[in-house]
Amino acid sequence: MNVLLDNFALFREGFLGTVELTALSGAIALVLGVIMAAFRVSPVPPLRAFGTVWVTLLRNTPLTLLFFIAALVLPRLGLNTWSFFRLAVLALSCYTSAFICEAVRSGINTVPLGQAEAARSLGMTFTQTLRLIILPQATRTVLPPIGSLLIALTKNSAIAGGFSVFELFSVQKTLGEEGYNIFAIFIWVAVAYLIITLFISAVFRLLETRLAVAR
Amino acid sequence: MSANVLFDAPGPRARVRNRVVGALAALAILALLWFVYRRLDDSGQFASYLWEPFQYTDIQQRIVDGLVATLKAFALAAVFSLVLGAALAAGRLSDHAPVRWVATVVVEFFRAMPLLIMIFALYVGVFTSAPLWALVIGLTLYNGSVQAEIFRAGINAVPKGQREAAYAIGLRKTQVMVFVLIPQATRAMLPSIISQLVVTLKDTSLGYIITYEELLYTGNLIAKNSAGFPFIPMIIIVAPIYILMCLALSALANWIERRGRRSRKGAPPKAGDIKAVEAAAE
Repeated sequence: MNVLLDNFALFREGFLGTVELTALSGAIALVLGVIMAAFRVSPVPPLRAFGTVWVTLLRNTPLTLLFFIAALVLPRLGLNTWSFFRLAVLALSCYTSAFICEAVRSGINTVPLGQAEAARSLGMTFTQTLRLIILPQATRTVLPPIGSLLIALTKNSAIAGGFSVFELFSVQKTLGEEGYNIFAIFIWVAVAYLIITLFISAVFRLLETRLAVAR
Repeated sequence: MSANVLFDAPGPRARVRNRVVGALAALAILALLWFVYRRLDDSGQFASYLWEPFQYTDIQQRIVDGLVATLKAFALAAVFSLVLGAALAAGRLSDHAPVRWVATVVVEFFRAMPLLIMIFALYVGVFTSAPLWALVIGLTLYNGSVQAEIFRAGINAVPKGQREAAYAIGLRKTQVMVFVLIPQATRAMLPSIISQLVVTLKDTSLGYIITYEELLYTGNLIAKNSAGFPFIPMIIIVAPIYILMCLALSALANWIERRGRRSRKGAPPKAGDIKAVEAAAE
Protein backbone atom coordinates (compact mmCIF):
# COMPACT_ATOMS: atom_id res chain seq x y z
CA MET A 1 0.00 0.00 0.00
CA ASN A 2 2.86 2.33 0.89
CA VAL A 3 4.32 2.08 -2.58
CA LEU A 4 1.17 3.60 -4.01
CA LEU A 5 0.62 6.27 -1.37
CA ASP A 6 4.25 7.42 -1.24
CA ASN A 7 4.47 7.78 -4.98
CA PHE A 8 0.95 8.73 -5.86
CA ALA A 9 2.02 11.69 -8.03
CA LEU A 10 4.33 9.43 -10.03
CA PHE A 11 1.63 6.81 -10.49
CA ARG A 12 -0.86 9.46 -11.59
CA GLU A 13 1.57 10.85 -14.13
CA GLY A 14 2.30 7.35 -15.48
CA PHE A 15 -1.38 6.49 -15.60
CA LEU A 16 -2.17 9.68 -17.53
CA GLY A 17 0.75 8.97 -19.85
CA THR A 18 -0.62 5.52 -20.68
CA VAL A 19 -4.14 6.89 -21.13
CA GLU A 20 -2.92 9.65 -23.43
CA LEU A 21 -0.77 7.25 -25.45
CA THR A 22 -3.61 4.76 -25.80
CA ALA A 23 -6.27 7.32 -26.67
CA LEU A 24 -4.20 9.15 -29.28
CA SER A 25 -2.80 6.03 -30.95
CA GLY A 26 -6.21 4.36 -30.81
CA ALA A 27 -7.88 7.28 -32.60
CA ILE A 28 -5.18 7.49 -35.27
CA ALA A 29 -5.10 3.70 -35.70
CA LEU A 30 -8.86 3.61 -36.24
CA VAL A 31 -8.72 6.24 -38.98
CA LEU A 32 -5.64 4.71 -40.62
CA GLY A 33 -7.04 1.20 -40.32
CA VAL A 34 -10.30 2.16 -42.03
CA ILE A 35 -8.36 3.91 -44.83
CA MET A 36 -6.19 0.82 -45.31
CA ALA A 37 -9.26 -1.42 -45.31
CA ALA A 38 -10.77 0.83 -48.00
CA PHE A 39 -7.54 0.40 -50.00
CA ARG A 40 -7.65 -3.36 -49.57
CA VAL A 41 -11.21 -3.71 -50.92
CA SER A 42 -10.90 -1.05 -53.62
CA PRO A 43 -11.12 -2.01 -57.31
CA VAL A 44 -7.76 -0.33 -57.99
CA PRO A 45 -4.88 -2.87 -58.02
CA PRO A 46 -2.03 -0.55 -56.88
CA LEU A 47 -4.04 0.57 -53.84
CA ARG A 48 -4.92 -3.05 -53.03
CA ALA A 49 -1.27 -4.01 -53.27
CA PHE A 50 -0.26 -1.11 -51.03
CA GLY A 51 -2.84 -2.12 -48.40
CA THR A 52 -1.73 -5.74 -48.52
CA VAL A 53 1.95 -4.87 -48.15
CA TRP A 54 1.17 -2.48 -45.28
CA VAL A 55 -0.80 -5.12 -43.38
CA THR A 56 1.60 -7.98 -44.06
CA LEU A 57 4.69 -6.04 -43.07
CA LEU A 58 3.27 -4.46 -39.93
CA ARG A 59 1.57 -7.62 -38.68
CA ASN A 60 4.81 -9.55 -38.92
CA THR A 61 7.14 -6.96 -37.40
CA PRO A 62 7.79 -7.11 -33.67
CA LEU A 63 6.48 -3.96 -32.02
CA THR A 64 9.78 -3.51 -30.19
CA LEU A 65 11.56 -3.30 -33.54
CA LEU A 66 8.97 -0.77 -34.71
CA PHE A 67 9.60 1.38 -31.63
CA PHE A 68 13.31 1.02 -32.24
CA ILE A 69 12.83 2.30 -35.79
CA ALA A 70 10.61 5.15 -34.59
CA ALA A 71 13.03 6.22 -31.87
CA LEU A 72 16.34 5.85 -33.71
CA VAL A 73 15.69 5.93 -37.44
CA LEU A 74 12.89 8.42 -38.05
CA PRO A 75 14.74 11.29 -36.30
CA ARG A 76 17.58 10.81 -38.79
CA LEU A 77 15.15 10.92 -41.69
CA GLY A 78 13.85 14.38 -40.95
CA LEU A 79 11.57 13.90 -37.94
CA ASN A 80 14.28 15.18 -35.59
CA THR A 81 12.00 17.82 -34.07
CA TRP A 82 9.46 15.19 -32.98
CA SER A 83 9.33 14.21 -29.33
CA PHE A 84 9.61 10.56 -28.28
CA PHE A 85 5.95 10.71 -27.35
CA ARG A 86 4.86 11.58 -30.88
CA LEU A 87 7.15 8.97 -32.37
CA ALA A 88 5.73 6.36 -29.98
CA VAL A 89 2.18 7.33 -31.00
CA LEU A 90 3.23 6.95 -34.63
CA ALA A 91 4.70 3.46 -34.07
CA LEU A 92 1.74 2.24 -32.00
CA SER A 93 -0.89 3.58 -34.37
CA CYS A 94 0.76 2.17 -37.50
CA TYR A 95 1.11 -1.25 -35.83
CA THR A 96 -2.48 -1.31 -34.55
CA SER A 97 -3.87 0.03 -37.84
CA ALA A 98 -2.79 -3.18 -39.60
CA PHE A 99 -4.89 -5.27 -37.22
CA ILE A 100 -7.84 -2.87 -37.37
CA CYS A 101 -7.68 -2.96 -41.17
CA GLU A 102 -8.08 -6.73 -41.12
CA ALA A 103 -10.94 -6.56 -38.61
CA VAL A 104 -12.78 -3.96 -40.71
CA ARG A 105 -12.18 -5.86 -43.93
CA SER A 106 -13.51 -9.13 -42.55
CA GLY A 107 -16.46 -7.18 -41.10
CA ILE A 108 -17.33 -5.85 -44.56
CA ASN A 109 -16.98 -9.35 -46.01
CA THR A 110 -19.51 -10.79 -43.54
CA VAL A 111 -22.30 -8.60 -44.97
CA PRO A 112 -24.28 -10.93 -47.26
CA LEU A 113 -23.86 -10.20 -50.94
CA GLY A 114 -27.65 -10.10 -51.38
CA GLN A 115 -27.88 -7.01 -49.16
CA ALA A 116 -25.70 -4.97 -51.48
CA GLU A 117 -27.34 -6.39 -54.60
CA ALA A 118 -30.78 -5.50 -53.26
CA ALA A 119 -29.60 -1.98 -52.44
CA ARG A 120 -28.19 -1.51 -55.91
CA SER A 121 -31.27 -2.85 -57.63
CA LEU A 122 -33.30 -0.29 -55.66
CA GLY A 123 -31.18 2.30 -57.42
CA MET A 124 -29.03 3.35 -54.49
CA THR A 125 -25.73 4.98 -55.36
CA PHE A 126 -22.38 3.65 -54.10
CA THR A 127 -22.31 6.13 -51.21
CA GLN A 128 -25.88 5.34 -50.21
CA THR A 129 -25.25 1.59 -50.32
CA LEU A 130 -22.17 2.00 -48.19
CA ARG A 131 -23.67 4.43 -45.69
CA LEU A 132 -27.16 3.00 -45.28
CA ILE A 133 -26.76 -0.72 -45.92
CA ILE A 134 -23.24 -2.04 -45.57
CA LEU A 135 -21.56 0.03 -42.87
CA PRO A 136 -24.38 -0.27 -40.29
CA GLN A 137 -24.31 -4.06 -40.63
CA ALA A 138 -20.52 -4.31 -40.78
CA THR A 139 -20.15 -2.12 -37.67
CA ARG A 140 -21.94 -4.69 -35.55
CA THR A 141 -19.58 -7.51 -36.44
CA VAL A 142 -16.51 -5.28 -36.31
CA LEU A 143 -17.08 -3.79 -32.84
CA PRO A 144 -16.04 -6.77 -30.63
CA PRO A 145 -12.69 -7.40 -32.37
CA ILE A 146 -11.93 -3.66 -32.36
CA GLY A 147 -12.60 -3.58 -28.63
CA SER A 148 -10.08 -6.35 -28.04
CA LEU A 149 -7.59 -4.67 -30.37
CA LEU A 150 -7.81 -1.45 -28.33
CA ILE A 151 -7.22 -3.47 -25.17
CA ALA A 152 -4.20 -5.06 -26.84
CA LEU A 153 -3.06 -1.54 -27.78
CA THR A 154 -3.25 -0.49 -24.12
CA LYS A 155 -1.05 -3.41 -23.17
CA ASN A 156 1.34 -2.79 -26.05
CA SER A 157 1.76 0.85 -25.06
CA ALA A 158 3.91 -0.42 -22.17
CA ILE A 159 6.75 -0.92 -24.64
CA ALA A 160 6.89 2.85 -25.17
CA GLY A 161 8.18 3.07 -21.59
CA GLY A 162 11.31 1.27 -22.75
CA PHE A 163 11.92 4.09 -25.21
CA SER A 164 11.92 7.24 -23.04
CA VAL A 165 8.16 7.88 -22.97
CA PHE A 166 6.77 8.35 -19.47
CA GLU A 167 3.93 5.93 -18.76
CA LEU A 168 3.12 3.07 -16.39
CA PHE A 169 6.05 0.86 -17.32
CA SER A 170 8.38 3.79 -16.63
CA VAL A 171 6.79 4.05 -13.17
CA GLN A 172 7.61 0.40 -12.57
CA LYS A 173 11.18 0.93 -13.79
CA THR A 174 11.77 4.07 -11.73
CA LEU A 175 10.35 2.64 -8.51
CA GLY A 176 12.15 -0.66 -9.08
CA GLU A 177 15.42 1.23 -9.21
CA GLU A 178 14.51 3.10 -6.02
CA GLY A 179 14.42 -0.24 -4.22
CA TYR A 180 10.72 -0.82 -3.57
CA ASN A 181 9.51 -4.42 -3.67
CA ILE A 182 9.06 -5.10 -7.37
CA PHE A 183 6.00 -7.30 -6.88
CA ALA A 184 4.20 -4.66 -4.84
CA ILE A 185 4.84 -2.19 -7.67
CA PHE A 186 3.74 -4.83 -10.18
CA ILE A 187 0.37 -5.25 -8.44
CA TRP A 188 -0.38 -1.51 -8.49
CA VAL A 189 0.73 -1.07 -12.08
CA ALA A 190 -1.43 -4.09 -12.95
CA VAL A 191 -4.41 -2.46 -11.23
CA ALA A 192 -3.82 0.73 -13.21
CA TYR A 193 -3.82 -1.22 -16.48
CA LEU A 194 -6.94 -3.10 -15.42
CA ILE A 195 -8.75 0.19 -14.83
CA ILE A 196 -8.04 1.25 -18.42
CA THR A 197 -8.78 -2.11 -20.07
CA LEU A 198 -11.99 -2.68 -18.06
CA PHE A 199 -13.10 0.83 -19.02
CA ILE A 200 -12.55 0.07 -22.71
CA SER A 201 -14.43 -3.22 -22.55
CA ALA A 202 -17.31 -1.53 -20.68
CA VAL A 203 -17.56 1.16 -23.38
CA PHE A 204 -17.60 -1.45 -26.11
CA ARG A 205 -20.19 -3.57 -24.34
CA LEU A 206 -22.37 -0.46 -24.10
CA LEU A 207 -21.86 0.28 -27.79
CA GLU A 208 -22.72 -3.30 -28.69
CA THR A 209 -25.99 -3.27 -26.77
CA ARG A 210 -26.84 0.14 -28.27
CA LEU A 211 -26.27 -1.08 -31.80
CA ALA A 212 -27.72 -4.56 -31.38
CA VAL A 213 -30.91 -5.28 -33.28
CA ALA A 214 -33.56 -7.72 -32.23
CA ARG A 215 -33.74 -10.36 -34.96
CA MET B 1 -13.36 -9.12 -58.15
CA SER B 2 -16.51 -9.70 -60.20
CA ALA B 3 -19.17 -9.97 -57.51
CA ASN B 4 -18.42 -7.98 -54.41
CA VAL B 5 -20.43 -6.56 -51.54
CA LEU B 6 -19.23 -3.10 -52.37
CA PHE B 7 -19.64 -2.86 -56.11
CA ASP B 8 -20.77 -4.66 -59.23
CA ALA B 9 -18.43 -5.68 -62.00
CA PRO B 10 -17.25 -2.32 -63.41
CA GLY B 11 -18.67 -1.04 -66.69
CA PRO B 12 -16.62 0.79 -69.34
CA ARG B 13 -16.68 4.17 -67.58
CA ALA B 14 -15.78 2.70 -64.20
CA ARG B 15 -12.99 0.70 -65.82
CA VAL B 16 -11.46 3.85 -67.27
CA ARG B 17 -11.82 5.63 -63.95
CA ASN B 18 -10.24 2.74 -62.08
CA ARG B 19 -7.35 2.72 -64.49
CA VAL B 20 -6.77 6.47 -64.03
CA VAL B 21 -6.94 6.19 -60.24
CA GLY B 22 -4.68 3.15 -60.43
CA ALA B 23 -2.06 4.99 -62.44
CA LEU B 24 -2.17 7.97 -60.05
CA ALA B 25 -1.92 5.66 -57.03
CA ALA B 26 1.01 3.79 -58.54
CA LEU B 27 2.76 7.12 -59.17
CA ALA B 28 2.08 8.27 -55.60
CA ILE B 29 3.47 5.01 -54.18
CA LEU B 30 6.57 5.22 -56.37
CA ALA B 31 7.03 8.85 -55.31
CA LEU B 32 6.81 7.78 -51.66
CA LEU B 33 9.42 5.04 -52.14
CA TRP B 34 11.66 7.46 -54.05
CA PHE B 35 11.29 10.03 -51.26
CA VAL B 36 12.32 7.46 -48.62
CA TYR B 37 15.27 6.38 -50.78
CA ARG B 38 16.37 10.00 -51.31
CA ARG B 39 16.11 10.73 -47.59
CA LEU B 40 18.24 7.71 -46.75
CA ASP B 41 20.75 8.55 -49.46
CA ASP B 42 20.94 12.26 -48.59
CA SER B 43 21.65 11.49 -44.96
CA GLY B 44 24.49 9.27 -46.15
CA GLN B 45 23.02 5.95 -45.06
CA PHE B 46 24.30 4.13 -48.13
CA ALA B 47 27.89 5.26 -47.61
CA SER B 48 30.13 2.21 -47.81
CA TYR B 49 31.89 2.78 -44.46
CA LEU B 50 28.56 2.34 -42.63
CA TRP B 51 28.05 -1.07 -44.23
CA GLU B 52 31.62 -2.24 -43.87
CA PRO B 53 31.25 -3.71 -40.35
CA PHE B 54 28.64 -6.14 -41.60
CA GLN B 55 31.19 -7.72 -43.90
CA TYR B 56 33.36 -8.88 -41.01
CA THR B 57 32.81 -12.50 -40.15
CA ASP B 58 32.83 -11.92 -36.39
CA ILE B 59 30.03 -9.34 -36.72
CA GLN B 60 28.08 -11.77 -38.89
CA GLN B 61 28.74 -14.46 -36.30
CA ARG B 62 27.32 -12.17 -33.61
CA ILE B 63 24.17 -11.60 -35.65
CA VAL B 64 23.79 -15.36 -36.05
CA ASP B 65 24.34 -15.80 -32.30
CA GLY B 66 21.64 -13.20 -31.66
CA LEU B 67 19.30 -15.04 -33.99
CA VAL B 68 20.03 -18.31 -32.19
CA ALA B 69 19.32 -16.64 -28.85
CA THR B 70 15.99 -15.37 -30.22
CA LEU B 71 15.09 -18.82 -31.51
CA LYS B 72 16.13 -20.41 -28.21
CA ALA B 73 13.85 -18.12 -26.21
CA PHE B 74 11.09 -18.76 -28.75
CA ALA B 75 11.48 -22.54 -28.67
CA LEU B 76 11.47 -22.71 -24.87
CA ALA B 77 8.53 -20.32 -24.58
CA ALA B 78 6.59 -22.15 -27.32
CA VAL B 79 6.97 -25.57 -25.68
CA PHE B 80 6.27 -24.33 -22.16
CA SER B 81 3.30 -22.21 -23.23
CA LEU B 82 1.71 -25.16 -25.06
CA VAL B 83 2.16 -27.34 -21.96
CA LEU B 84 0.84 -24.63 -19.64
CA GLY B 85 -2.00 -23.94 -22.07
CA ALA B 86 -3.01 -27.60 -22.11
CA ALA B 87 -2.91 -27.75 -18.30
CA LEU B 88 -4.94 -24.56 -17.88
CA ALA B 89 -7.44 -25.62 -20.54
CA ALA B 90 -7.89 -28.95 -18.75
CA GLY B 91 -8.44 -26.95 -15.57
CA ARG B 92 -11.04 -24.72 -17.19
CA LEU B 93 -12.90 -27.72 -18.60
CA SER B 94 -12.72 -29.61 -15.31
CA ASP B 95 -15.82 -31.02 -13.63
CA HIS B 96 -14.59 -29.75 -10.27
CA ALA B 97 -15.68 -26.20 -9.64
CA PRO B 98 -12.69 -25.09 -7.50
CA VAL B 99 -10.22 -26.26 -10.18
CA ARG B 100 -12.25 -24.38 -12.76
CA TRP B 101 -12.22 -21.19 -10.67
CA VAL B 102 -8.47 -21.28 -10.11
CA ALA B 103 -7.75 -21.90 -13.79
CA THR B 104 -10.14 -19.12 -14.81
CA VAL B 105 -8.56 -16.59 -12.47
CA VAL B 106 -5.05 -17.49 -13.65
CA VAL B 107 -5.98 -17.32 -17.33
CA GLU B 108 -7.90 -14.05 -17.04
CA PHE B 109 -5.20 -12.39 -14.94
CA PHE B 110 -2.23 -13.23 -17.13
CA ARG B 111 -4.14 -12.47 -20.32
CA ALA B 112 -5.00 -9.00 -19.06
CA MET B 113 -1.46 -8.02 -18.04
CA PRO B 114 0.96 -6.26 -20.37
CA LEU B 115 3.68 -8.78 -21.11
CA LEU B 116 6.51 -6.30 -20.61
CA ILE B 117 5.35 -5.46 -17.08
CA MET B 118 5.47 -9.16 -16.14
CA ILE B 119 8.81 -9.82 -17.80
CA PHE B 120 10.35 -6.80 -16.11
CA ALA B 121 9.00 -7.75 -12.68
CA LEU B 122 10.40 -11.27 -13.12
CA TYR B 123 13.72 -9.85 -14.28
CA VAL B 124 14.14 -7.45 -11.37
CA GLY B 125 12.53 -9.64 -8.74
CA VAL B 126 13.76 -13.16 -9.49
CA PHE B 127 16.07 -13.63 -12.46
CA THR B 128 18.39 -10.65 -12.04
CA SER B 129 21.30 -12.39 -13.75
CA ALA B 130 19.34 -14.62 -16.15
CA PRO B 131 17.21 -12.44 -18.42
CA LEU B 132 16.54 -15.48 -20.64
CA TRP B 133 14.41 -17.07 -17.94
CA ALA B 134 12.58 -13.87 -17.12
CA LEU B 135 11.72 -13.61 -20.82
CA VAL B 136 10.78 -17.28 -21.22
CA ILE B 137 8.63 -17.43 -18.08
CA GLY B 138 6.91 -14.15 -18.88
CA LEU B 139 6.17 -15.33 -22.42
CA THR B 140 5.01 -18.71 -21.08
CA LEU B 141 2.57 -17.22 -18.58
CA TYR B 142 1.04 -14.84 -21.10
CA ASN B 143 0.96 -17.07 -24.18
CA GLY B 144 0.06 -20.14 -22.12
CA SER B 145 -3.08 -18.34 -20.93
CA VAL B 146 -3.99 -17.37 -24.47
CA GLN B 147 -3.30 -20.90 -25.76
CA ALA B 148 -5.52 -22.23 -22.95
CA GLU B 149 -8.39 -20.12 -24.28
CA ILE B 150 -7.73 -21.34 -27.82
CA PHE B 151 -7.73 -24.98 -26.64
CA ARG B 152 -10.90 -24.48 -24.65
CA ALA B 153 -12.71 -22.80 -27.54
CA GLY B 154 -11.53 -25.60 -29.84
CA ILE B 155 -12.79 -28.37 -27.56
CA ASN B 156 -16.10 -26.59 -27.06
CA ALA B 157 -16.50 -26.16 -30.82
CA VAL B 158 -16.60 -29.93 -31.40
CA PRO B 159 -20.28 -30.81 -32.00
CA LYS B 160 -22.01 -31.89 -28.79
CA GLY B 161 -23.18 -35.18 -30.32
CA GLN B 162 -19.59 -36.41 -30.49
CA ARG B 163 -19.14 -36.16 -26.73
CA GLU B 164 -22.56 -37.64 -26.01
CA ALA B 165 -21.97 -40.55 -28.38
CA ALA B 166 -18.60 -41.25 -26.79
CA TYR B 167 -20.11 -41.31 -23.31
CA ALA B 168 -22.96 -43.48 -24.61
CA ILE B 169 -20.58 -46.22 -25.77
CA GLY B 170 -19.07 -46.27 -22.28
CA LEU B 171 -15.83 -44.28 -22.62
CA ARG B 172 -14.52 -42.60 -19.50
CA LYS B 173 -13.97 -38.84 -19.16
CA THR B 174 -10.28 -39.01 -20.08
CA GLN B 175 -10.96 -41.37 -22.97
CA VAL B 176 -13.64 -39.05 -24.37
CA MET B 177 -11.15 -36.20 -24.22
CA VAL B 178 -8.15 -38.07 -25.63
CA PHE B 179 -9.76 -40.24 -28.28
CA VAL B 180 -12.74 -38.16 -29.43
CA LEU B 181 -12.55 -34.46 -28.61
CA ILE B 182 -8.87 -33.56 -28.85
CA PRO B 183 -8.19 -35.18 -32.26
CA GLN B 184 -11.14 -33.37 -33.81
CA ALA B 185 -10.47 -30.08 -32.07
CA THR B 186 -6.79 -30.06 -33.06
CA ARG B 187 -7.65 -29.73 -36.71
CA ALA B 188 -9.73 -26.62 -36.14
CA MET B 189 -7.31 -25.15 -33.59
CA LEU B 190 -4.00 -25.63 -35.36
CA PRO B 191 -4.08 -22.38 -37.42
CA SER B 192 -4.94 -20.34 -34.30
CA ILE B 193 -2.25 -22.06 -32.25
CA ILE B 194 0.35 -21.27 -34.87
CA SER B 195 -0.83 -17.65 -35.18
CA GLN B 196 -0.34 -17.34 -31.43
CA LEU B 197 3.15 -18.82 -31.84
CA VAL B 198 3.85 -15.97 -34.29
CA VAL B 199 2.87 -13.56 -31.51
CA THR B 200 5.24 -15.43 -29.18
CA LEU B 201 8.06 -15.13 -31.71
CA LYS B 202 7.46 -11.41 -32.14
CA ASP B 203 7.36 -10.85 -28.40
CA THR B 204 10.79 -12.42 -27.86
CA SER B 205 12.07 -9.02 -29.02
CA LEU B 206 10.96 -7.67 -25.63
CA GLY B 207 14.19 -9.29 -24.43
CA TYR B 208 15.85 -6.15 -25.85
CA ILE B 209 14.41 -4.10 -22.98
CA ILE B 210 15.62 -6.47 -20.23
CA THR B 211 19.08 -6.74 -21.89
CA TYR B 212 18.72 -10.32 -23.06
CA GLU B 213 21.18 -10.67 -25.95
CA GLU B 214 18.74 -11.58 -28.67
CA LEU B 215 18.70 -10.43 -32.28
CA LEU B 216 17.56 -6.83 -31.75
CA TYR B 217 19.78 -6.29 -28.69
CA THR B 218 22.80 -7.66 -30.55
CA GLY B 219 22.05 -5.47 -33.56
CA ASN B 220 21.79 -2.43 -31.30
CA LEU B 221 25.14 -3.24 -29.67
CA ILE B 222 26.84 -3.69 -33.04
CA ALA B 223 25.45 -0.41 -34.35
CA LYS B 224 26.40 1.45 -31.17
CA ASN B 225 29.99 0.23 -31.28
CA SER B 226 30.72 0.72 -34.98
CA ALA B 227 32.06 3.80 -36.73
CA GLY B 228 29.31 6.22 -37.74
CA PHE B 229 26.63 4.38 -35.71
CA PRO B 230 25.07 2.38 -38.59
CA PHE B 231 21.61 2.00 -37.00
CA ILE B 232 19.81 2.16 -40.32
CA PRO B 233 21.97 -0.44 -42.11
CA MET B 234 21.54 -2.64 -39.03
CA ILE B 235 17.74 -2.35 -39.24
CA ILE B 236 17.81 -3.03 -42.97
CA ILE B 237 19.57 -6.30 -42.05
CA VAL B 238 17.69 -7.29 -38.88
CA ALA B 239 14.10 -6.34 -39.80
CA PRO B 240 13.86 -8.73 -42.79
CA ILE B 241 15.11 -11.59 -40.59
CA TYR B 242 12.26 -11.01 -38.13
CA ILE B 243 9.68 -10.45 -40.85
CA LEU B 244 10.69 -13.54 -42.83
CA MET B 245 10.59 -15.78 -39.74
CA CYS B 246 7.11 -14.53 -38.82
CA LEU B 247 5.91 -14.74 -42.43
CA ALA B 248 7.12 -18.35 -42.67
CA LEU B 249 5.18 -19.28 -39.53
CA SER B 250 2.07 -17.38 -40.71
CA ALA B 251 2.30 -19.10 -44.10
CA LEU B 252 2.36 -22.46 -42.31
CA ALA B 253 -0.79 -21.49 -40.39
CA ASN B 254 -2.55 -20.41 -43.59
CA TRP B 255 -1.52 -23.58 -45.40
CA ILE B 256 -2.88 -25.77 -42.62
CA GLU B 257 -6.09 -23.75 -42.55
CA ARG B 258 -6.62 -24.14 -46.30
CA ARG B 259 -5.82 -27.83 -46.06
CA GLY B 260 -8.31 -28.31 -43.24
CA ARG B 261 -11.02 -26.52 -45.21
CA ARG B 262 -10.39 -28.65 -48.29
CA SER B 263 -10.73 -31.94 -46.42
CA ARG B 264 -14.21 -33.36 -46.73
CA LYS B 265 -14.00 -36.13 -44.14
CA GLY B 266 -16.75 -34.94 -41.84
CA ALA B 267 -17.35 -31.28 -41.06
CA PRO B 268 -14.57 -29.87 -38.89
CA PRO B 269 -15.82 -27.70 -36.02
CA LYS B 270 -16.23 -24.11 -37.13
CA ALA B 271 -13.25 -21.91 -36.51
CA GLY B 272 -15.26 -18.76 -35.81
CA ASP B 273 -15.30 -19.11 -32.03
CA ILE B 274 -11.56 -19.71 -31.92
CA LYS B 275 -10.91 -16.70 -34.15
CA ALA B 276 -12.53 -14.43 -31.55
CA VAL B 277 -10.08 -15.60 -28.90
CA GLU B 278 -7.22 -15.09 -31.29
CA ALA B 279 -8.19 -11.50 -32.07
CA ALA B 280 -8.06 -10.72 -28.38
CA ALA B 281 -4.46 -11.84 -28.21
CA GLU B 282 -2.86 -9.73 -30.91
